[in-house]
Amino acid sequence: MSALNIKQGASGHSAYDLRDPNIQLIEVHTLAVLVDNEAGVLARVIGLFSGRGYNIESLTVAEVDHTGHRSRITIVTSGTPQVIEQIKRQLERMVPVHEVHDLTVEGPAVQRELALLKVVGTGDKRVEALRLADIFRANVVDSTLESFVFEITGTPEKVDAFADLMRPLGLMDVARTGVAALSRGA
Amino acid sequence: MTRQMTGAKMVVQALKDQGVDVIFGYPGGAVLPIYDEIFQQNDIQHILVRHEQGAVHAAEGYARSTGKPGVVLVTSGPGATNAVTGIVDALMDSIPLVVLSGQVPTFMIGNDAFQEADTVGITRPCTKHNWLVRDTDKLSDTIHQAFHVATSGRPGPVLVDIPKDVQFATGTYTPKPQANISHYQPRTKGDPEAIAAMVALMETAERPIFYTGGGVINSGPEATRLVRAFVQETGFPITSTLMGLGAYPASGDKWLGMLGMHGLYEANLAMHGCDLMINIGARFDDRITGRVADFSPNSKKIHIDIDPSSINKVIRADVPIIGDVTEILTDALALWKARGSRTNTTAVAAWWKQIAQWQAVKCLSYTPDSAIIKPQYALERLEALTVGMDRYICTEVGQHQMWAAQFLGFEDPNRWMTSGGLGTMGYGMPASVGVQVAHRDALVINVAGEASWLMNMQEMGTAIQYRLPVKQFILNNERLGMVRQWQELLHGERYSHSWSEALPDFVKLAEAFGAKGIRVSDPADLDEAIREMIAYDGPVIFDCLVSKHENCFPMIPSGKPHNEMLLGEADTKGAIGSTGAVLV
Ligand SMILES: Cc1ncc(C[n+]2csc(CCOP(=O)(O)OP(=O)(O)O)c2C)c(N)n1
Ligand SMILES: [Mg+2]
Repeated sequence: MSALNIKQGASGHSAYDLRDPNIQLIEVHTLAVLVDNEAGVLARVIGLFSGRGYNIESLTVAEVDHTGHRSRITIVTSGTPQVIEQIKRQLERMVPVHEVHDLTVEGPAVQRELALLKVVGTGDKRVEALRLADIFRANVVDSTLESFVFEITGTPEKVDAFADLMRPLGLMDVARTGVAALSRGA
Repeated sequence: MTRQMTGAKMVVQALKDQGVDVIFGYPGGAVLPIYDEIFQQNDIQHILVRHEQGAVHAAEGYARSTGKPGVVLVTSGPGATNAVTGIVDALMDSIPLVVLSGQVPTFMIGNDAFQEADTVGITRPCTKHNWLVRDTDKLSDTIHQAFHVATSGRPGPVLVDIPKDVQFATGTYTPKPQANISHYQPRTKGDPEAIAAMVALMETAERPIFYTGGGVINSGPEATRLVRAFVQETGFPITSTLMGLGAYPASGDKWLGMLGMHGLYEANLAMHGCDLMINIGARFDDRITGRVADFSPNSKKIHIDIDPSSINKVIRADVPIIGDVTEILTDALALWKARGSRTNTTAVAAWWKQIAQWQAVKCLSYTPDSAIIKPQYALERLEALTVGMDRYICTEVGQHQMWAAQFLGFEDPNRWMTSGGLGTMGYGMPASVGVQVAHRDALVINVAGEASWLMNMQEMGTAIQYRLPVKQFILNNERLGMVRQWQELLHGERYSHSWSEALPDFVKLAEAFGAKGIRVSDPADLDEAIREMIAYDGPVIFDCLVSKHENCFPMIPSGKPHNEMLLGEADTKGAIGSTGAVLV
């Protein structure tokens, strides 16, 4: 996740952006949004974020209830507490949205992301890549004599850390799913 | 009992079931089957406009003046894109509209077919919700849902896009009571604890103020009655946004006038200095707050709104109450009476003394002129000669709009139609058509600027065709007056393109349409001319030549707090710094 770089007071000069420039605390929240899986619903949600200038750090979506045609959209977003509150209220008022859960504040939650990483190299680098993959519990899902494709599951931070280590070892390509998250407990 | 019928017939049947008696529209290839059905019935009147933007604004005028949803029918492609400005206007001002658009047949969607546009894509951020109906069996259900969504919770425009093959195909009609609306049920009842907190704050407040908005009007006549009852009960002063005018009568003794950028001195200073602000159905728009950091710094804020996203969006509320104004005020008033509540009368009396001093400033005074008609004078005379009549006022956008809000008095809700949130020039002329369609015998006046009026003047044709005696009261300063004012104050008096050049002769224009034209330039002739306009049984274009360089005061420059208001020309020098110029 990239650090947000907002200059002090930068938002205070436009009537289009009336947020208090003194609130600088940027929080990262994971939201789970249950929606009707109807045409255009994802465009609606994404359009809300782009139209109102909210951040999307990661977004995943899939139908989770095939009989009720419900999809679950998991969004990792960032903003001041006021903006996060606005995002939730704006999501809730959309007609196809049934539930909005802020997993960051509603108690402990598990977050997982799956990533595929292609590492190309020979000799020592190849051996080192395999050794690190073992430490990170990444699986080899494809291999040739000069490449591996690793599959890793974990928090975004863990995936970041693994990708950082693979970079000097010949990391060529990364595909990440974005975060899926559920609250812990019953 | 299931009924089979074509999609086109379903559209008309669904509109009938929804109690629609009039729709505003314009035909084209993709809606011909629906027009064919309209031809074969008499229950629903169709008003043929001259441009689809006009249809939407007319429907807005109809909706705003009746409390019922407005209905629009347009064809695909250009028909739908022409409607977009009106749809956004309705979204910004929370006006319930159901827009039905034709679409190319489903099997041609995505092929760049003739008059194909991605209407649901274009209008997704412009509507409360929209639907593309691909299956005739779902069409009537969708239309019923559309009415439900447009009118429930915070009202707004919705759009149903109907491909031509769906109109031709036969399917099963879903009657209104069976429609699937259960999933969208916004909360209307306020939290009792929050209502109790509100009542407690009102009992102890020393410098209270009611700040009401369009939400009171949207909630219906009962909300207005309750607001008035609360003011009566408490003796607190009341101000309103542009959209909320008429909720409390302008003749009422607790009325401070409109607040905001061009609001009254006493209203804005009372907002700035209050210790309890009771916001009922308003949204802390930037025209109201000015610089947010300095907005009413020492007050507790109660915020009643049906839209949870309005709460804490701009201004943090100490007591947020989510729900319908009518339900919340009913509960609050009941609690007030049950508790035998009293106000802090000594403190409130002192507060009124302070307010009286602000009122004594007479912020709306202007320099009278015996040779040229001042726009303020024209409106004072219009008010004097129409007060007490069954009167509806529409406006365009600009200085004349603000002067109308300042100088005309609204005694009742639903009598004032103006484009607030979007500020759409060209709103008023078609809106007056829509209002007159709903209120055939009333006096419907559009207070216009000459520039705005030209933007949708083609709707004069509609007024003539349907014998709608709308009065177009044009304050003609031969300037884009509001733009000129900003250029004078903010851009070194460089009047870049703010002239109305090459204006038509409005009297001849009226005659060309088959209407009556009246021109007046001498203040001595004004009263007689206004009387003539009112008496004429038909549409009138009233060309009132007014002073060209009048500025609209009071004014809170963008980005300034309420207590840095400009009251007249003397205050304007260097009033707006370069940072203010960035704001709109
Ligand atoms: C469609 C549209 N375009 C541009 C503007 C910007 N604008 C706001 S007021 C104004 C001038 C209006 O002139 P006029 O209708 O003559 O009214 P006046 O201010 O002179 O009373 C303009 C151009 C707008 N509000 N709407
Ligand atoms: Mg003008």
